[in-house]
Amino acid sequence: MISERFLNYTVALLILGMALGAWVMDEPFLITLTTKAVILALAGVGLNLALGQGGLISLGHAAFFGLGGYAMGVLASHAQNFTPIMETPFLIEGTNSMPIIWLVAIVVSSFFAFVIGLFSLRTSGVYFIMVTLAFGQMLYYFSISWPAYGGEDGLSIYVRNSFPGLNTLDPIQFFGICFVVLMVVIYGVNRLTHSSFGLALNGARQNAQRIRTVGLNPFKIQLIAFTISGAITGLAGALFADLNRFISPTMFSWQTSGEIMVFIILGGVARLYGPVVGAALFILLEHWLGGLSEFWHIYLGVILLSVVLFARGGLIGALSKKENADA
Amino acid sequence: MSTVLIIEQILNGLQFGVMLFLMAAGLTLIFGVMGLINLAHGSLYMVGAFAAAAVAASTGSFLLALAASLAAAAIVGAVVELVVIRRLYDRDHLDQVLATFALILIFSESTRWLFGSFPLFLDVPKALSGTVTLPGGIAYSSYRLMIILVGVAVAIGLFLLISKTRIGMRIRAGENDREMIGALGVDISKLYTLVFALGAALAGLSGALVGAIQSVQVGMGEPVLILAFVVIVIGGIGSIKGALVGALLVGLTDTLGRVMLPLFFANFMEQSSATSVGSSLASMSIYILMAAVLIFKPTGLFGRA
Repeated sequence: MISERFLNYTVALLILGMALGAWVMDEPFLITLTTKAVILALAGVGLNLALGQGGLISLGHAAFFGLGGYAMGVLASHAQNFTPIMETPFLIEGTNSMPIIWLVAIVVSSFFAFVIGLFSLRTSGVYFIMVTLAFGQMLYYFSISWPAYGGEDGLSIYVRNSFPGLNTLDPIQFFGICFVVLMVVIYGVNRLTHSSFGLALNGARQNAQRIRTVGLNPFKIQLIAFTISGAITGLAGALFADLNRFISPTMFSWQTSGEIMVFIILGGVARLYGPVVGAALFILLEHWLGGLSEFWHIYLGVILLSVVLFARGGLIGALSKKENADA
Repeated sequence: MSTVLIIEQILNGLQFGVMLFLMAAGLTLIFGVMGLINLAHGSLYMVGAFAAAAVAASTGSFLLALAASLAAAAIVGAVVELVVIRRLYDRDHLDQVLATFALILIFSESTRWLFGSFPLFLDVPKALSGTVTLPGGIAYSSYRLMIILVGVAVAIGLFLLISKTRIGMRIRAGENDREMIGALGVDISKLYTLVFALGAALAGLSGALVGAIQSVQVGMGEPVLILAFVVIVIGGIGSIKGALVGALLVGLTDTLGRVMLPLFFANFMEQSSATSVGSSLASMSIYILMAAVLIFKPTGLFGRA
């Protein structure tokens, strides 16, 4: 039996080693692939806070992923064309500075997560799943029918945004940025989970009635968790857009929501590194099965189905021989 | 805007609503009786459409195609229930979502593998390809009118089935107390398979009927599935009546919104921006409707608290 903490460090080191190894062997494609896994893991970490800790099964997290992506797209496209976003009542100009874009992505996606949460959290259980799915779809159709930023075709950004002191176009440097962001966020989420807020959130999932009797408001706790969760996934969306230098309504699609959820399941629900393992596994499967067959989604479906039916606890659960995550 | 156009759009909205009802009725029955959220319901819609297109292409008969869509979706539904779904009844919703998401991947890719990525076409039968003149001199597509009639007939049939027959009695009993009817000696797993196949058949029929208006392609089911979710949230989970009312509301709101909103904004904006603002807003209208219902009745219009 392997302890989960040891497993977590191993996973982080493996990912770092993968990127560094690829850098030494001069394989930029492998670095980019690893970067993709890291960014998708970040999106999963965001959802895992709501889903794993809070028990809020959101099938609409693509909304925040897409909003983060479009925050980057809108800011960078205006900077690229030298046109201001807004002139009245005050001037807002585009930018291609990553930290500012991240900030905007976080603010926008947490605002939407707050509003969507305000409506969705009035419901629970299966209603919540359907309502979050529906709100995600709403933004998807909005992004298609809004012509200003490419509509259905999406929008290309020609140069990757800049980060002070680094050359972001160098794959390993961009990987470094994403990896550090992921580690910082995981550290923050871990602290949050073990704080009194995290305990209350876990309590609200297990028994909302009890949380109420000790004088806490489960709705408020869940709303805060949902907002933070949306903000993290939004940040991942901004990085993902920067990785591809392209945004499109696909980021908003319900399949994206489903995939983010799949990362969590493959790795293990409510586990700190669950989404990281899951996203890495997903990228590996995509790359390996995608090379074997054009129809690799069939195999992915079968694997996912078997994990759900027979291997509860995901890969981390199977390796650490514990069905339940340490809360 | 002329009255004729408005009436025509109202009929289109009804037709769309009726189609959504066929989907939502199955979903809400399955949730009501088995407590299962089934994302793969859209795949059964797709199975129905492909079965109809394949049979229509080889026999040329639209009636046979419809029968094939019902049969294929019901059989696939029953098999899926026996192999996968029945393991999910006592799981939590997260497992149900993921397992049925996996089923979507399997169904969609298998269909792409069998039929290719290009859309198939299902022709409207000759007898119904024209228009009928309604009282008041309005010409309307007879096929779309037929869809409305089929939908109304199915709705009536479903109401009769559930309120008047023995099976319907068991379904209602299952909704109230699953364990009790098992204890009373009803073969509950057979009932579950039957309900699932019934829901699947309705989805398949709906797919085949819509397939003749739109194209038959992989992934056609999921947008409809999500709309059906909106319908159920509005109507209240487990309520067939709610599904009917919700479906008509969503169908009318969506269809009329797409026509009216751009015209409405054209009153005080220039044409091109009125079109873009109007159509963006129209694409969000049903979700705004859903949010509004949630504010006042979080369990839907006819849902049990």
